[in-house]
Amino acid sequence: MALYSEKVMDHFRNPRNVGVIEDANGIGEVGNAKCGDIMKMYLKIEDDIIRDVKFETFGCGSAIASSSMATELIKGKPVADAMKLTNKAVAEALDGLPDYKMHCSVLAEEAIQSALEDYEKRKARSAGAGSSNS
Amino acid sequence: MIYADNAATTKMSESAIHTMTTLLNESWGNPSSLYLHGQKAKEVLEKAREEIAAVIGAQPREITFTSGGSEADNQAILSAAESGRLKGKRHIISTAFEHHAVLHTLNKLKKQGFDITLLDVHENGIILPSEVKEAIREDTCLVTIMYANNEIGTIQPIREIGAICRERNVLFHTDAVQAIGHIPVNVGEDNIDMLSSSAHKFHGPKGVGFLYSRKGIRLSNLIEGGAQERGKRAGTENVPGIGAMAAALKEANANMAENAAHMIQMRDKLIEGLRQIPHSALNGDEHQRLPGNVNFCFEGIEGESLLLLLDDKGIQASSGSACTSGSLDPSHVLLAIGRVHDVAHGSLRLSIGEDITQAEVDEIIRSVTEVVTYLRSFSPIWRDLMAGKKEFIL
Repeated sequence: MALYSEKVMDHFRNPRNVGVIEDANGIGEVGNAKCGDIMKMYLKIEDDIIRDVKFETFGCGSAIASSSMATELIKGKPVADAMKLTNKAVAEALDGLPDYKMHCSVLAEEAIQSALEDYEKRKARSAGAGSSNS
Repeated sequence: MIYADNAATTKMSESAIHTMTTLLNESWGNPSSLYLHGQKAKEVLEKAREEIAAVIGAQPREITFTSGGSEADNQAILSAAESGRLKGKRHIISTAFEHHAVLHTLNKLKKQGFDITLLDVHENGIILPSEVKEAIREDTCLVTIMYANNEIGTIQPIREIGAICRERNVLFHTDAVQAIGHIPVNVGEDNIDMLSSSAHKFHGPKGVGFLYSRKGIRLSNLIEGGAQERGKRAGTENVPGIGAMAAALKEANANMAENAAHMIQMRDKLIEGLRQIPHSALNGDEHQRLPGNVNFCFEGIEGESLLLLLDDKGIQASSGSACTSGSLDPSHVLLAIGRVHDVAHGSLRLSIGEDITQAEVDEIIRSVTEVVTYLRSFSPIWRDLMAGKKEFIL
């Protein structure tokens, strides 16, 4: 039996939504190089809908596949739905991950949450500060 | 398909397969039985012992057959420790980048009160004999240092270390699993007291190996039972495996010089080609290394994804990244030579075989370059490095 499910290998070999959004209004980065996984998520949100999402990942096959799947699960969805994304949902959508790779799905969840928090912060800042940026 | 993971295991040679299947068919008797069929199996066993002993410059009675390299390592170290304990000597010298069969055995002894000194392996992955000399104490009962490292392929100055141990009257064991059948090893000239070897690393079968222990060294049993192997390793002997191991070793030894010359040429071309990848580094000394070993770190990528994509391109290799070991830490060997975690995760070991061709070398270089470039294209670390937000390590 192969290490990963067909779904994982598909998302690893052909990752969806890879890249950068230059005018992203929510960016989150989690993990560290020491542990061998870093995920960075870029969100473009309009009217509280995730219009576009892109990712960059340094990590193993399941880290790349988890990032890819997580972007698919939230793309086009309202922010409120994306906030409910769990690592379990990511892993299930990939037809499962080996036990010792579950942390990759956790990282994907955290990367999305971190990008959403960044979006909320920016929104609050621009609402509170008006036009002045100090 | 290009198989470049010969340090993990090798394909059995035709002569080893032929010997093994013939023995399975014809010599299935128990060597301990007194009738002819059993005695014929016994003959096979003793002939294999003579042939193996001859290759490494030992006496046949100094060879004990085991289930492989790990068992031989365990038995050698535990035997030396037992002898040491009886004399009140509880200090063992080894290195930080030994195989886990050695390191875990030493950990066990540490819990039993032994004092373990792990020598520095330096940036080039080579032990300094002078540091072995300095580390030896009155209560040192064993020095155990691998002949060649399994991950980075560096060959240790075994002869000098052996000479120092002999002068100080300390037992010297070497895990020669990666060396036997690949580079010349002679237990006499190399001043070796005990040596471990495994058949499947030189085109023999899995599940069989041997321990050389110089005449007069007292072995302790790991497995109690019958009187096989002079009472030092119980259990009915693996006659087909042992016969095939001898056939494989004879063949590897006969072709060693020719094979090594070709492999060194191919290895150096691989190293030259992979060096062209920016921010990469060869791990381990460039020249004092096994003919078939190439080990690189590539900054900004992770090893498991590299391996999976190379596999898709028909290239089989291995990595010292955490993800391939199932733990959070990357290879202890790469950490021991001073690679930091960040780059140790992006390592690739290619261990080529004797039959590697120039065309295959070119294909490996092309594929690795392609995959590394691709993985870097969406690596957030690589982006930060390129943007100057982070300092390059390599």
